[in-house]
Amino acid sequence: MTDPDNPRPLRLLIADDSSTDRLILQAILRRQGHEVQAAEDGQAALQLYHRWQPDMVLLDVMMPRMDGMEAARQIKALAGETLVPVIFLTSLSDAGSLAQCLEAGGDDFLPKPYNPVIIRAKLWAFDRMRRMQETLARQRDLIHMRNQQLLDEQVTARRVFDNIAHTGCLDAPNIRYHASPMSVFNGDILFACPRPAGGMHLLVGDFTGHGLPAAIGALPVAEIFYGMTSKGFSGPDVLRELNQKLVRILPTGMFCCATFAEVDFRQGVVRVWNGGLPDGYLMDIDGTCHSLVSRHLPLGVLGPERFAAPMEEYRAKPGDQLLLMTDGVLEATDAGGQHFGEQRLLQALATQPAHVSPVDHVIEQVQTFAGGGRESDDLTLLGLRMTSQDPVTKRSVPATQSALTGPAFWRCSYEVEGPTLGQFNPLPLLLHVCMAVAGLRQHSGEIYTLLAELYNNALEHGVLELPSAWKNSPEGFARYYAERERRLAVVEGHSIQFDLEHCLRDSGGRLIIRCRDSGQGFDPEAVTEPGERAYAGRGLALIRRLSSGLTYNKQGNQAEVVYDWELTEHGSGQT
Amino acid sequence: MNDKPHLDEEALAELRDVMEDEFDILIQTYISDSRERIQALHQALSDNDPDAFAKTAHSFKGSSINIGAARLGELCLVIEKAGRDGALADARQRMTDLEAEFAIVRRLMEESLLA
Repeated sequence: MTDPDNPRPLRLLIADDSSTDRLILQAILRRQGHEVQAAEDGQAALQLYHRWQPDMVLLDVMMPRMDGMEAARQIKALAGETLVPVIFLTSLSDAGSLAQCLEAGGDDFLPKPYNPVIIRAKLWAFDRMRRMQETLARQRDLIHMRNQQLLDEQVTARRVFDNIAHTGCLDAPNIRYHASPMSVFNGDILFACPRPAGGMHLLVGDFTGHGLPAAIGALPVAEIFYGMTSKGFSGPDVLRELNQKLVRILPTGMFCCATFAEVDFRQGVVRVWNGGLPDGYLMDIDGTCHSLVSRHLPLGVLGPERFAAPMEEYRAKPGDQLLLMTDGVLEATDAGGQHFGEQRLLQALATQPAHVSPVDHVIEQVQTFAGGGRESDDLTLLGLRMTSQDPVTKRSVPATQSALTGPAFWRCSYEVEGPTLGQFNPLPLLLHVCMAVAGLRQHSGEIYTLLAELYNNALEHGVLELPSAWKNSPEGFARYYAERERRLAVVEGHSIQFDLEHCLRDSGGRLIIRCRDSGQGFDPEAVTEPGERAYAGRGLALIRRLSSGLTYNKQGNQAEVVYDWELTEHGSGQT
Repeated sequence: MNDKPHLDEEALAELRDVMEDEFDILIQTYISDSRERIQALHQALSDNDPDAFAKTAHSFKGSSINIGAARLGELCLVIEKAGRDGALADARQRMTDLEAEFAIVRRLMEESLLA
């Protein structure tokens, strides 16, 4: 800090038409160590100000050509936001004139006769103020620059993030969502991805913390979620991997509250896992509303050995609405600091007009409540309407390499045995093997569906001997899946074996999938019409439709599917 | 009515200290400026221009106070007010007092320079 007895030299501009006063002031200021330039009137002072850029200006009020007040006004205007203190030299004593000086931009007065002690004290005080203002302005500019930098970085980061998360199907016609464009930096995430065999996975999440740390966690989550879902992994598999990854990368105390939903449009099933987020809702078209309650710790808290990923199953009819959200909705506050809260949310859902998406309705209610809509930045909601058909049309992946490259003639056998049947889903692995054939990649969804149908038939009907007729009623549906869990847990002495075989043919290739289970089988002769027997549910009809042929062995415990694909002008297509 | 000293010796000593070598120049400047100002005051009176009169009186007052000629400064204030009030006749009467006071100040200053 400067010491008043030993001030830093200042550049001082003085203006006074009285040469005596000028001489005296100049002498006083120079003796105090300052650099001084003197002018005889306001106009000359202004010119000197331009040329010399002094730190402070001392002005006589009454001067010819341009008086002190006008000079002060112009100097203040020129100085802009830099503080150039202007001190009036005056023997004026009436309050009105003094006030005029201040209105013109003057900062203080110095009375005549000049007193060196007072002059020194005033200059010191103003120098301190001037420097403080300088520091403040510098820091403000720095903060502004840093903030701009941060925003630029966020935009760039957002772009990178969008590239990773771009395969999502949030734009599907039956999905409505609300998220601020920069929501990822609030720690909120919102993903939707179609599954290869139809249906989709949804993930709504909320990282603890804000800004970059929260956004960084979102990147691996997006990558795992989209990567694994597209490869056909089930919800629990994806959840386990997400949890494991977050446990590894996030610092203690940071985690991700999340709701994960697996939606199967064909079977009319929604499976939900909620770890730490507010209740989601599944609203029947007839008005019943199921709360999807959090029953787990958030992702990134428990080690893999303690993490549980069972999903709760719900039947859902076309027209039913699924609504998932982060805590921004409940925590939206009104002017009085009151939270929107669960009661208002339930009220909003109860009064929701049929033709409006619950997402739009809730957002509207929250914005009305909060007043002005400024809270909407923190609101992340995802709504999905159940449909009878899969809403996502198959993505056409352009063939980036010749369909004929990669393995063409191969055979592989894979057998899952004993308790592994209850713990492991072999489908992504089998799909991966098939996808090594470039020509099959465009058909990953169909291949996955074939593998999945065969495997589920083998497991549920062949090994576990579950009657699919149960699935025709809501009560039976619950019973079916409860029984499936129970039997899977104790399955022993069983196995399911896949034999895959691929070869090239004229202008295309052929994949043969054989799936044999250790169950008792059934009489395939009896299955001629789809739907005729419980066993021949939609699964078989679907397989027939997708493939060139489906045959069973006599015992009814081995199915063989032939899948032909052909090269076309634009790539390849199935015959 | 005006019991201020003709020349504040203490103030003058301070000025001498501050001005160092320039003290002589300062005194000479003050004396010649003051002469010019007295002329300007007369001019304003004959031009019947109270505004110019008051302004000159104001400046004269400032430098007189600054240099320690307190009684002269007080007289300047009186005629500045008269000028501002447009009472030039009144001001004209005071001019004799003012010029007499200036003569005293000037003499004292010149003595001080010689000392």
